[in-house]
Amino acid sequence: MPGTTKEGTTRRTFIAGAALVSVLPFAPARATPEAMAAAIKEVVGDNAIREGRVTLDLPPLIENGNTVPLTVSVESPMSDADHVKAIHVFNEKNPQPHVFDARLGPRNGKAVIATRIKLGDSQKIVAIAETSKGEFFSASADVIVTLAACLEDLT
Amino acid sequence: MTQVLINAPKTAKKGEVIELKALILHPMETGFRPGTNGRIIPRNIIERFTASWNGNEILRMDLSPAIAANPFVSFFAVATESGKITFRWTGDEGFAVEESVAIDVA
Repeated sequence: MPGTTKEGTTRRTFIAGAALVSVLPFAPARATPEAMAAAIKEVVGDNAIREGRVTLDLPPLIENGNTVPLTVSVESPMSDADHVKAIHVFNEKNPQPHVFDARLGPRNGKAVIATRIKLGDSQKIVAIAETSKGEFFSASADVIVTLAACLEDLT
Repeated sequence: MTQVLINAPKTAKKGEVIELKALILHPMETGFRPGTNGRIIPRNIIERFTASWNGNEILRMDLSPAIAANPFVSFFAVATESGKITFRWTGDEGFAVEESVAIDVA
């Protein structure tokens, strides 16, 4: 039904707008896509980042930004000669661009890390894997957050 | 009292890749939120999580305020030898908690 679709969009837009308005007076300085790029550069340096090998798994539509399940998995044999040394996760619009840095090694067997994160706004999340051969692989995901984290303390 | 929940198999075959899950009670206060009095609540987070197998570090994670309250981490490890897997969390305000589980590798 076309009517339903239209209503749905309107409601979503309204909620997003209302959420934004309520955030504005409290919004601290935010990380920006540029800040994220700078944070990534700090880790990667001048090396090239390639797409692929990394899978970043998180829900595309998030109702509660306070706890968002996130899984990063990297295809790798995880042998002494060829393993994932580190996994870094960055965000665009939380107050700081860093989410976590994990150091792994061949003793992990599988390069998979799952955790729960906070998201302050709809944004792009980037995961970067660094291999023992000095290569960098990345994956990104765009998410929509309806209730943002990092608001005033309601307790 | 700090509460820690660890999910790890009690036994494993040598060479098997096992999943380890750890959860700890902690507010992970970001340092960006105003409290009820309008003042910013100071930052109080866990900065580092490490896991070691019989003293050999197998995972080290640097966390940021973007990690949700009550940090949960799941990762994998190769079962190499019987012994102890130790999880350690350290952070702001001198926070330091260590918890170990025993594992039998056959």
